[in-house]
Amino acid sequence: MSEKVLMKGNEALAESAIRAGCRFFFGYPITPQTELAAYMAKRMPKVGGTYLQAESEIAAINMVYGASAAGARAMTSSSSPGVSLKGEGISYMSGSDLPGVIINVQRGGPGLGGIQPSQSDYWQATRAMGHGDHRLVVFAPATVQEMADLIYDAFDVADKYRTPVMILADGMLGQMMEPVELREAISPEDLPAKDWTTEGHKNKRPHNIVNSLYLTAEDLEDLNVERYQRYKQIEETEQRAETFLAEDADIVLVAFGATSRICRSAVRAARDEGIKAGLIRPITLWPFPEEAIRATLPTAKAYLTVEMNMGQMVDDVRLVVNGAHPVDFYGRTGGVIPTPDEVLGKIREIAADLDSAKGDE
Amino acid sequence: MADQKEEKVVFQRPHSLLPVVTNYCPGCTHGIVNRLVAEVIDELGIEGDTVGIAPVGCSVMAYNFFGCDMIEAAHGRAPAVATGVKRVHPENIVFAYQGDGDLASIGMAETVHAATRGENITVIFINNAIYGMTGGQMAPTSLPNQVTQTSPYGRDVETAGYPIRVCELLSTLDGVAYLERVTVDSPKNVRKAKKAIKKAFETQRDGLGYSLVEVVATCPTNWGMTPQQAFAWMRENMLPYYPLGVYKDVVADGFANAAEAASARSAECPIAHPSEGGEA
Amino acid sequence: MSNTLNVVLAGFGGQGLLFAGKLIAYCGLIEDRHVSWLPSYGPEMRGGTANCSVCLSDEPIGSPLVLNPDALIAMNQPSIDKFAPVVTDGGVIVADMTLIGSVPEAPQATTIQLPATQMAEDAGFKQLANIICAGRLWAETHFCEEETLFKAMEKCVPARKAQMLELNKQALHIGMNA
Repeated sequence: MSEKVLMKGNEALAESAIRAGCRFFFGYPITPQTELAAYMAKRMPKVGGTYLQAESEIAAINMVYGASAAGARAMTSSSSPGVSLKGEGISYMSGSDLPGVIINVQRGGPGLGGIQPSQSDYWQATRAMGHGDHRLVVFAPATVQEMADLIYDAFDVADKYRTPVMILADGMLGQMMEPVELREAISPEDLPAKDWTTEGHKNKRPHNIVNSLYLTAEDLEDLNVERYQRYKQIEETEQRAETFLAEDADIVLVAFGATSRICRSAVRAARDEGIKAGLIRPITLWPFPEEAIRATLPTAKAYLTVEMNMGQMVDDVRLVVNGAHPVDFYGRTGGVIPTPDEVLGKIREIAADLDSAKGDE
Repeated sequence: MADQKEEKVVFQRPHSLLPVVTNYCPGCTHGIVNRLVAEVIDELGIEGDTVGIAPVGCSVMAYNFFGCDMIEAAHGRAPAVATGVKRVHPENIVFAYQGDGDLASIGMAETVHAATRGENITVIFINNAIYGMTGGQMAPTSLPNQVTQTSPYGRDVETAGYPIRVCELLSTLDGVAYLERVTVDSPKNVRKAKKAIKKAFETQRDGLGYSLVEVVATCPTNWGMTPQQAFAWMRENMLPYYPLGVYKDVVADGFANAAEAASARSAECPIAHPSEGGEA
Repeated sequence: MSNTLNVVLAGFGGQGLLFAGKLIAYCGLIEDRHVSWLPSYGPEMRGGTANCSVCLSDEPIGSPLVLNPDALIAMNQPSIDKFAPVVTDGGVIVADMTLIGSVPEAPQATTIQLPATQMAEDAGFKQLANIICAGRLWAETHFCEEETLFKAMEKCVPARKAQMLELNKQALHIGMNA
């Protein structure tokens, strides 16, 4: 651990990726993630790494595909519209069992949308980041420190399960500065060896193939089933969430990333008013932290999901709650950031509903 | 009793071409070019260091045919994938094997940018003026008035535009070290093609810059011809549109590599030459 | 000193408000407090209005976006018009009167008017009105130890710009004594 420094989230992601052993970054300019690429352009040559500005987001993800096939820890970053372009390559990475890290510093959409913070790529990240039967592990940091820390986990999980991993941030987290304690750097040479890479067989083994094409339906089915067994293992072992005053809460808020910070303020304010509110903050969006939410089912009376979108993660919350309690949603979209007061207002409404329901009993 | 004559091997499978059945149609020129690439890999003794990138197209399963490490790329993205590999392991020999739809249509951006970056890779480009794998649709290199499944009345240049001459187009780019267009319709041309492919791999081995060999090829199946008819049609129609020859050879032009040639070309531009007193 | 200080610094792009915000944030960092710095970003950075939110707190910071600042540094008319009315009760407004024609009513807060840009020009460093304002805000609120303020400045100005560091420190003094 080093001295605490003030860093932008985008810069903390970049510096920590290098410290996590990433020496290959392929990017393309887009607001609000540009500082990340700029930081890489500055730092990579100093550490013997490669920064390459690709001709497109599509090329960038395919360069990650190639670098990963060649055995390296490789990364690309973008913001929402650019991430859509990467969908093709991410699907191919899943199909070819290639590790790699993709950063999405989200902005408002759809289309060109806006450049202000958003969480409206939740569905894309957790449901349909590309065609075909596959999953993407998605981490959702909420502080600059966590952005710095999670990138180590992102690379480790990617390598361990041979899967692409996304860090889903947003414009607020990317642009804001907070104190960060950077972790110790890992040398790429010290990373575990991989036996499946395509980097020349040196006449010592049969050729390795990195491929996602299987023309025999049964073969492809077998591979997909095998991959989903790995996904099951990921679901069992990699779920992560933080809970804040949720254990005894009547109203459990569920929020991730920047929104969770706003909810934390709202929960504190609600507690000051005597409303028993709490917060569950998913740190992994896939696997979704079902266990953390399920643990609150016996005590909670209502749930409130808060997102910077029109309501996406709320689907996952409803799947876990499964009708046991009402699940409400509050969101702002288009780059508008919800305020703690707005969320508090919604908490008060739900509290009032609970009270009147009690009165009816 | 027959005489026990000593066996002399006059022809055998190249080591880097695996003993597997290919998916190519009878009379297809892919087989010839696959073999030439393998012969070159053998002759240069680079199989253990080579990584090949297969495209989407008829050679999509080339990853099963070559003995070196192989990667299957998304449609058109082989140059980007090759870039990733080469940046991680500059000592690897990296080649992409691509058809016309893959290279000059969906992958044109990747092609042009890998070339202009001077990626030290080798591209083998099969131009048979048609999409073979999907059953014979119009390609970016289909000729004017050529009938295909998606140009059933012949390619109308008024609506579908003109074919792309890839070697000519890439020859303007500074990162390119070597470009040659060949064909494989006769033993003589096969030998020439092999020479070109070998030179392309040597260009990469010596770190001179981007190299590409375009092979004007046939597709008897989708052209609806016998192999002989197809070669005749190719000679008659394709070669005038896509003339054979060397389109760029920086070494023959008197330069050590692509970078030196690019530098000479931009001699009048001060910022491109900071060490010579220009502004950086 | 309250447990939390939420600051908005607002003005035109190029006035160094993001830098002044970073200075305040570093003060919090040096004193081991929780800190956040959030800029407005995008097209408005380019010549339009620029602002940033800085939070110093003894508790983890929830929303880093400051909607009701305890302290406002405003360096143009649109900024003071926008933010003065939303400053908290008992809050502080530092207004650069060189660039502000009229200060809107904000009876809930203490408004300090100073011609920061003119003062900077008179002192021979016209780019440092931002720091003069920050110095003045410190004098009013003592958001950190005095020593911390100068240590933070050393963190914010790169070592290779030693000359700039000295000028910035002078500007701080001017603001603190204004």
